[in-house]
Amino acid sequence: MERQPLILQILNILSAVLLAIAACLVFFYAPLELVMGNVQKIFYFHVANAWVGMLGFVAAAVAGIAYLRTHDMKWDILEMAAVEISLVFFLIAIVTGSIWAYPAWGTWWTWDPRLTTAAILEMIYLAYLLLRQGIEDPERRARFGAVYTLIGGLSVPLTFLSIRLFRTIHPALIGTASSAAQGGFDMSAPMKLTFFFSLFTFSLIFVVLLWHRIRLGRLAEKVEQLKLNVMQ
Amino acid sequence: MIEVKKLVKRFGLKTVLSGLDFQVEEGEFVALLGPNGAGKTTFLRILASLARPSMGEIRIAGYRLPAQAAAVRRRLGVVSHMPLLYGDLTAEENLIFFGQMYAVPRLAPRIDEVLELVGLTARRRDLLRTFSRGMQQRLAIGRAVLHDPEVMLFDEPHTGLDQDACDMLDKILRDVAARGRTVVMTSHDLARVEDLASRFDVLSRGVIAASVRRSDIRRNGLLAFYRQSLEEA
Amino acid sequence: MKRNPSSITHHASRITHHSPLGSFLRAVTAIAWKDLAAELRSRELLSAMLVFALLVILIFNFALELDFKTRSTVTAGVLWVTFAFAGTLGLNRSMAIEKDRGCLDGLLLAPVDRSVIYFGKAISNLVFMFIVEAIVLPVYSVLYNTNLFNLGLIGVILLGSVGYVAVGTLLASMAVQARTRDVLLPILLFPVVLPVLVAAVKASNGLLQGLEMAEIMPWLNLLIVYDVIFIAIAFMVFDYVVEE
Repeated sequence: MERQPLILQILNILSAVLLAIAACLVFFYAPLELVMGNVQKIFYFHVANAWVGMLGFVAAAVAGIAYLRTHDMKWDILEMAAVEISLVFFLIAIVTGSIWAYPAWGTWWTWDPRLTTAAILEMIYLAYLLLRQGIEDPERRARFGAVYTLIGGLSVPLTFLSIRLFRTIHPALIGTASSAAQGGFDMSAPMKLTFFFSLFTFSLIFVVLLWHRIRLGRLAEKVEQLKLNVMQ
Repeated sequence: MIEVKKLVKRFGLKTVLSGLDFQVEEGEFVALLGPNGAGKTTFLRILASLARPSMGEIRIAGYRLPAQAAAVRRRLGVVSHMPLLYGDLTAEENLIFFGQMYAVPRLAPRIDEVLELVGLTARRRDLLRTFSRGMQQRLAIGRAVLHDPEVMLFDEPHTGLDQDACDMLDKILRDVAARGRTVVMTSHDLARVEDLASRFDVLSRGVIAASVRRSDIRRNGLLAFYRQSLEEA
Repeated sequence: MKRNPSSITHHASRITHHSPLGSFLRAVTAIAWKDLAAELRSRELLSAMLVFALLVILIFNFALELDFKTRSTVTAGVLWVTFAFAGTLGLNRSMAIEKDRGCLDGLLLAPVDRSVIYFGKAISNLVFMFIVEAIVLPVYSVLYNTNLFNLGLIGVILLGSVGYVAVGTLLASMAVQARTRDVLLPILLFPVVLPVLVAAVKASNGLLQGLEMAEIMPWLNLLIVYDVIFIAIAFMVFDYVVEE
């Protein structure tokens, strides 16, 4: 069993510490939002989770293209890692979003573009996993996986667009002027600090998890190789 | 005609072909022998441009694979243990379709010729679905020679055929080979290939382990040669 | 059962000289042609699609209590769900035929570009979709006394079917190569074809309700964008789906 590289060990601890600090910032530093009160605090981690989900989604599509160009298995391992992480974090984002939506909008679920797109993405990931499960030959599995992430990567923005053409009630947080949508609010400076700190923390967690998952993929490959050697 | 150098094929981590060298001169009829799982079919699929080599060099009729695959395919006729034909088309329609895919010139007279060759002229208007296994296989050979290829690849063409059908098939195979075509055929039926091929190569552990000309072995000596080369490998 | 194949013979003998584009189109036509010829004879695929489509409509009748008032608002949805469900049956079958007697290998052995196979299959799949739609529409009109003859609606159905088949053909060729091929296609297809279904339902609904073109245009644009993107991407990646 090979040891984790030193940087990874440091990052493990660092991400745990940062997560603790982020939690403290959310609960003790960030001011209470006037209209919604405590429930608004979930938003810091909710957005950060969705952000990590997006990172994984983009990473998977890029890894898919890279695999098709090079036929190098390392891209397949990266793609699989990114998909799995994205799957989990989008799920957390959906659940935290629902917890927030109930007091804010009076319902656990709305067919809002972001929420729905996230749900569709989860379905695409599940389909992706089922596709991989149905194919024995690892090389073909990698190829089909890459093609499917590519198709998914192109269709998801269009899905978002299509649902957005319906009227949206999701609060737009940054940039757009439509924060008049129910539940929107302006962020004060301490809120912004907490927000971006959480975002950074979760990005780091994403990198650490990705690294671990890739290591796991490599180790699994090695085990497979050893098995083959024994059999031959 | 066929030149293969240091061919490697991996499926994921599993290496099926490990640095295989193989050469066939024009007009040779090579039988590729080997136990199940030795990589015969994989090798043939690579030659047929259906699978990509992981490493190595392949030249067929002077064209490189996979870079010049289209040029190679034009000169290649392939028969596998599957007929590669459509059940809901008649024998003639199947040939018309594949003739169009290969852009065969003067297709109609060529189809008459081919049907005559494989002895299916009388059944040309019948659906392939209604054909026996042996007849399907004969039409598959017809499909493979339709565009008059220089090189022919046969992957276990006798699979699932009864004695009569096998004999009929052998007659056609000889016919096909007699026209100066280069033939590579995989098989595990030694008795059947013994007086068909002009050379026997044994594929084992991902390489050609041994090779012998028919003129160099005594009659019925193929089995002994085959056993010996597998033991040495 | 026996059909004189002289029409095909004639078709074949006409072709002699060819430019690259000419031979590309000729091979595409050949593939689509043999699919249609085989289907005209067996009628397996079309009859399965049609019977299934009619059953779906029937079930919706009971599930949604399609009385006059609800009908006007849900017709578009019912139609597109029917097309989408029946479509997966057709796509699956059409690719399974290629896999059955190793025919896909036969196609891949031909000295033509891989995209020829994709376009040939996509065209025959599209024709099957159109045939089913052309039968379902009047049947629905009669059963529910709704006038569906609307040029705009036909245009939307064309655009939507193109997008659906463009992705569907690609994914079906992946699905048939998997161990779980019978169940995989709808699971792979529906989440990525969602924009087509949403846009097609909204546009069809708008047309049936007599909304202004300005409200329908965004959906039509979305359909066109989807069609273009996915035909292009399928053209580019089809190689990877069939090679080994």
